[in-house]
Amino acid sequence: MNENNDTTKPSILSIEGLSIGYDKDKFAVKNVTATIKKNAITAIMGPSGCGKTTLLRAMNRMHELYPNIITQGAIKLNDENIYDMSTIKLRRRIGMVFQRPNPFPTLSIYENVIAGYKLNGIHLKRTERDEIVETSLRDVTLWEEVKNSLHKKGTFLSGGQQQRLCVARALAFKPDVILLDEPTSALDPVATAKIEDLLVELKKQYTIVLVTHNMSQAARISDNSMFMYLGELIEYENTKTIFTNPKDPRTEGYLTGKFG
Amino acid sequence: MDQSNILIEKTRAEILPDHFTGRKFRDRLFLAGVIMFSLITISFVFLIIGSLVMKGYHQINWAFFTQVAPDTFTAMMAKTSGQLIPGGIVNGITGSLYLVGIASVIAIPFGLLIGIYLYENINNKYAGVIRDITDVLQGVPSIVVGLIVYLWVVVHITHGYSVLAGSVALALMMLPLIIRSTEESMKMIPDSLKEAAIALGTPYYKVILRVLIPTSFSGLMTGILLAVSRILGETAPLMLTTLGNPAINWSLTKPVSAVPLLIWQFYNDPNMVDLIWSSTLFLMGFVLTLNLISKWIAGKQNS
Repeated sequence: MNENNDTTKPSILSIEGLSIGYDKDKFAVKNVTATIKKNAITAIMGPSGCGKTTLLRAMNRMHELYPNIITQGAIKLNDENIYDMSTIKLRRRIGMVFQRPNPFPTLSIYENVIAGYKLNGIHLKRTERDEIVETSLRDVTLWEEVKNSLHKKGTFLSGGQQQRLCVARALAFKPDVILLDEPTSALDPVATAKIEDLLVELKKQYTIVLVTHNMSQAARISDNSMFMYLGELIEYENTKTIFTNPKDPRTEGYLTGKFG
Repeated sequence: MDQSNILIEKTRAEILPDHFTGRKFRDRLFLAGVIMFSLITISFVFLIIGSLVMKGYHQINWAFFTQVAPDTFTAMMAKTSGQLIPGGIVNGITGSLYLVGIASVIAIPFGLLIGIYLYENINNKYAGVIRDITDVLQGVPSIVVGLIVYLWVVVHITHGYSVLAGSVALALMMLPLIIRSTEESMKMIPDSLKEAAIALGTPYYKVILRVLIPTSFSGLMTGILLAVSRILGETAPLMLTTLGNPAINWSLTKPVSAVPLLIWQFYNDPNMVDLIWSSTLFLMGFVLTLNLISKWIAGKQNS
């Protein structure tokens, strides 16, 4: 049931028997096995506390920030186990965007985009920097709005613009995968629509994994969908299939609004 | 239903008016009390500043900031002939700046690092012990700090009263203030910012240096300035560690003067009475300025 029918696209991430516990007998993610397709949007859905955010954070090892975390199993990025890689290298290849826009308040828009390079002490020529900033901001359709105020603080932007700036910051490293943790839950419908259009555009170049609380968002933009419940991956299918013909009664219950 | 309505009407008509005026009166009385007590408190501050200015201003001149304190004989001669006391407190000003400077060099790095450590390990047992010890250190009377530093530094290291001893004593008094203000201003930073930096693959020490410290910069500065203004007026620990010096001194191992030490010295000399007020005015002005600057920085952060 956890197999994905869509075989036309190669996979990039494969999760193998992953379990994550906050305590010896309190597992948030239980024995999840799945493969994430390249250049696709994969949505992770489920009710609160189902482990979807933990699973997402495990993909670039952000979950290790919690104390006493237990991780079993493996996640392979192009056949390389991410738990054997250095977190610094891994997080440059798998970027992350958070629930609330979090641009660095002390940095300008320009500096926020190249913050990844700045914070890692990677030195770039001015022309290289300018190019990365422009392409990243163009990729998130923010360039035209901010090109005349690049040196203003990022916190002056509206919430939706800030979130797109955070996507641009993640894109600046040209990562393989971008993880988004409910990126539109703090935004209004117009800003949400912009982010959704942007994600559909971005999947041409990147692989996107999206945690969402919003079923219609998953239905609108994702190619494949996972449904998680109490830490288990219940169903992982092509989005159309899962919404029109869910196999598991729990998936059906959630999608028809019986719980969640 | 009807009966209870009648009861309410009755209450409104007969009981409330009397009761209501009583409440209003008590409310007014309370407000008047609050205003009166706050006015008393504020007026004390203005009385202090006012009397310092009145008594101290005529000694404040160019010599006050450029010459060392006079000896008692010169002061007496000037006083008997009805002139201003010659000389100033430059040995105290330079000494105070020197002592506070060295104390800051010692206390700021320690304070910031320990504060960051406490913030990063909120639930750690060892961090909890350090936090408790910091509170204890803050409660140690300043004369005790002076005595201990006398024993450690004056007796065993510099073999005499010295700038180093005075600075160590002041640094010990600054430490708990800086530690707690660092921890508190770091706590104001949302976790999401830290996560944003970590998610970009930033090594942890750079998250601290390039994200946490710049973001909380004004909070850290406010804490440091308040600590500095707090120790500028310390007298007791300096008496036991740097003693005082009639001349300007820049040697770490020699005694030095300080403004509060001079005030104490002037107080004990009937010929120097006029200099007490001008020195106190200067000290008060300096501390007040630092306080205002730190308030301004803190206000900038909030806006």
